[in-house]
Amino acid sequence: MAKGIRDKVAIVGMGCSQFGERWDSGAEHLMVEAYNEAMADAGIEHSQLEAAWFGSAMDNVNVGNSAIPAAMALRLEGIPVSRVENMCATGTEALRGAAYAVASGAVDIALAIGVEKLKDTGYGGLPVPFKGTLNGGWMPLGSAPAGFAQLASAYKARYGVSDEDLKKALAHVSWKSHQNGVKSPKAHLKKAVPMETIINAPMIAEPLGLFDCCGVSDGAACAIVTTPEIARALGKANPVTIKSIQLSVSAGRESGTDQWDGSYVQNTRNAARRAYEEAGVTDPRADLSLLEVHDCFSITELVTMEDLGVARDGEAVKDILDGRFDADGDVPCQIDGGLKCFGHPIGASGLRMAYENYLQLQGRAGERQLDNMNLGLCHNLGGVPFNGVAAITILGREKN
Amino acid sequence: MERGITSYGAYIPRLRIDRAAIAAAHSWAFPSLRGKGARALANWDEDAVTMAVEAARGANLDAVSSIALASTTAPYADLQNATLVAAAAGLEEDTASRDYGGSLRAGTSALLDALLSNREGSALIVGSDARQAKAGSAQELAFGAGAAAVTVGTQDVIARLVGHATRTVPFIDHFRAAGDDYDYVWEERWIREEGHGKILPTAIRDALSNTNLQPGDINHFCLPTTLRKAAEAVAKKSGIAPEAVADDLSAMCGETGAAHPLMMLSLALEKAKPGERIMVVAFGAGCDVLVFEATEAITNYTSSSPVSAQVARGVIEPHYTKILSFQGNLELDWGMRGEANDKIALTQQYRAADQLMAFTGGKCPDCGSVNFPQLGKCVNCGSASPLEPYDLAREGASVASFTGDWLQFSPAPPLYFGLVNFDCGARVLMEYVDVDPAILKVGTRLRMVYRIKSIDGERHNSRYFWKAVPLAPEGV
Repeated sequence: MAKGIRDKVAIVGMGCSQFGERWDSGAEHLMVEAYNEAMADAGIEHSQLEAAWFGSAMDNVNVGNSAIPAAMALRLEGIPVSRVENMCATGTEALRGAAYAVASGAVDIALAIGVEKLKDTGYGGLPVPFKGTLNGGWMPLGSAPAGFAQLASAYKARYGVSDEDLKKALAHVSWKSHQNGVKSPKAHLKKAVPMETIINAPMIAEPLGLFDCCGVSDGAACAIVTTPEIARALGKANPVTIKSIQLSVSAGRESGTDQWDGSYVQNTRNAARRAYEEAGVTDPRADLSLLEVHDCFSITELVTMEDLGVARDGEAVKDILDGRFDADGDVPCQIDGGLKCFGHPIGASGLRMAYENYLQLQGRAGERQLDNMNLGLCHNLGGVPFNGVAAITILGREKN
Repeated sequence: MERGITSYGAYIPRLRIDRAAIAAAHSWAFPSLRGKGARALANWDEDAVTMAVEAARGANLDAVSSIALASTTAPYADLQNATLVAAAAGLEEDTASRDYGGSLRAGTSALLDALLSNREGSALIVGSDARQAKAGSAQELAFGAGAAAVTVGTQDVIARLVGHATRTVPFIDHFRAAGDDYDYVWEERWIREEGHGKILPTAIRDALSNTNLQPGDINHFCLPTTLRKAAEAVAKKSGIAPEAVADDLSAMCGETGAAHPLMMLSLALEKAKPGERIMVVAFGAGCDVLVFEATEAITNYTSSSPVSAQVARGVIEPHYTKILSFQGNLELDWGMRGEANDKIALTQQYRAADQLMAFTGGKCPDCGSVNFPQLGKCVNCGSASPLEPYDLAREGASVASFTGDWLQFSPAPPLYFGLVNFDCGARVLMEYVDVDPAILKVGTRLRMVYRIKSIDGERHNSRYFWKAVPLAPEGV
């Protein structure tokens, strides 16, 4: 059994652009915005970067394929730059590539950057990515909310939850994130929304209404990673370290066999189990201080609470309505507004979640700072619940 | 050996539009437009090919050695449409195939050719049409959509051919130029008197001349026409009893073009008792007349898709503009999500033809799991052993998850889709169609149907695949 990368990689600098409808900025400018903040935070020179991982998910908007656009934007001359794409786990993949490079000893300092420029599509919501020539021949190409809405039908069937109770819990998920977004200056949506507005919003994909869906935003986020030793040498006493990064990808069992009932996300459970092991988390409810999960849709956050083991199976509706994941609850979730309100520029999202945990762990989160930060968790879910990618990153301080 | 009809099946789209609703929509321009009953409307994802597949699946396809598709609205001018129907219906590659078109008697001509042929095995003849009509025209009220299939063979014949006649006459009551959408129709009184009145009675007499039958012996007289009481007039002039004039299905279906003679024949076969005679007449630049006699075997035969059931399953659609939108005559603002480029890679389509056309899954010889799509390794056990064909088109299935998607583009929103559990343990993400939202639940039983998945508007090419229809619980 491999020992994993726990505490082998420190994050010495992070940056995050203003998220939102950045009509004024292209992806190149968003990257520079995040990069500048991260480099200033790290206190290193451009020439000290030895390798970079660049994440972007959408080829048909944004900057196209390959790592060249990132190398161009940041003038990363003469060093290895790789582009990664793994749907909504793309930002985490960039961090994982950079972290592995440092952990392996291949480089001392590496950069991870993710960006998405979604507001060049001309319409709301996400474009539907190409699924390949074979899948295009048979697979219904529904919207993202419709893919996640499938969870709701199966969850209701499994636990006998009424339409009304589920709708109430889903509305609470979004209501809470809107409350949190108000205190998040870089968030896309910084406005509290009344519960009735959420419940009565137009239907997008039954039972998900408009406010059950996250913001479609432009943005970039960036991390500088190095060894804990170098971090200390850079003046970062007790630096933020990566406790684990784990992924799980669908291989067809959920979408191609009847062995899964559709009410949870197997990939999240797989990734969480391995991440907790790598990070040494034994009781997620007690050990985790903050969850930044993939609330692309309210139903996703609901089942994710069960998949991460912070709610018992079948109890997420109750726990959510009890406020357990609110800012003042026992495991705050989406304290920065989450995808719902901070926004979801796909390639940046994993790094944006890490950014919030990074700030919180250092006591730098301003108005929304939580007390007693121990470990922070980031969770991405790419694709759809039955055909997707889950990524989990756990961050903490080198010494707790 | 005696050759005759051995089975039949029909398909009529579920959507039915009230003629009163059509007339009401046009009342500002054509206040005299009137109509009773409802007409069938092909959904945006139904065409002559998909309807033909569904009708064919209602017939007995065992031992079919040839297929003929008769249509005046087949989607392709060059790409034998019958080939698409054969592939979806799961016919073998050594099946002979042929398209018939160009006339409303294409279906009867194909049937007569099969009856007079001496090819081994049984012949499948499918008529299928979804004709368009100008908004506000009499044809818009009269035309329906649908398909009817019959098989011809020598085993278990339920109706034998006892007489026939054909006329080829340049009497052009209507025409539709190649590539045009609409018929150009001449005056009704001339069609009745000079066309029906003169061409049909002599052909009917000829069809009976080599038999020992008199016109009065006909029990079911099937003459499709959109002209009111025209069949009655021809019957009277020919000496056929008025009560023999068969139901033309105008009440809940409408005229289905080249399919309609076969549709009326199928309905007559559903009702016929042994020894009864059925006369089928198709009029179009001449005519075909076929006379059948039901055999004893008809008492033991039941189609899995009889016309009466297809008529009964209709659901009244209140929105007249669906006709216009589905037929491309009303450009709704679908937004940018409707702009997708959907070029079909013909290489990939052929490589996966058994999967995409016949909905064939692959059964793992090692663990028994049925895979769809078929990749290089088994979804359950990872074995790379070659998968064995497994028919999913006829497999029972139920809803595992669902939603109605109002965001994604669909020509008939919402786009219903979800995970489908097949009884064999396979699971496929599928579109749901002909959805009654009240019965769409986890566990609802499903039936697979062949439909258009998407249309490449730039190249006018349709992508076909299977969709799942939620079935009402038994007894409801």
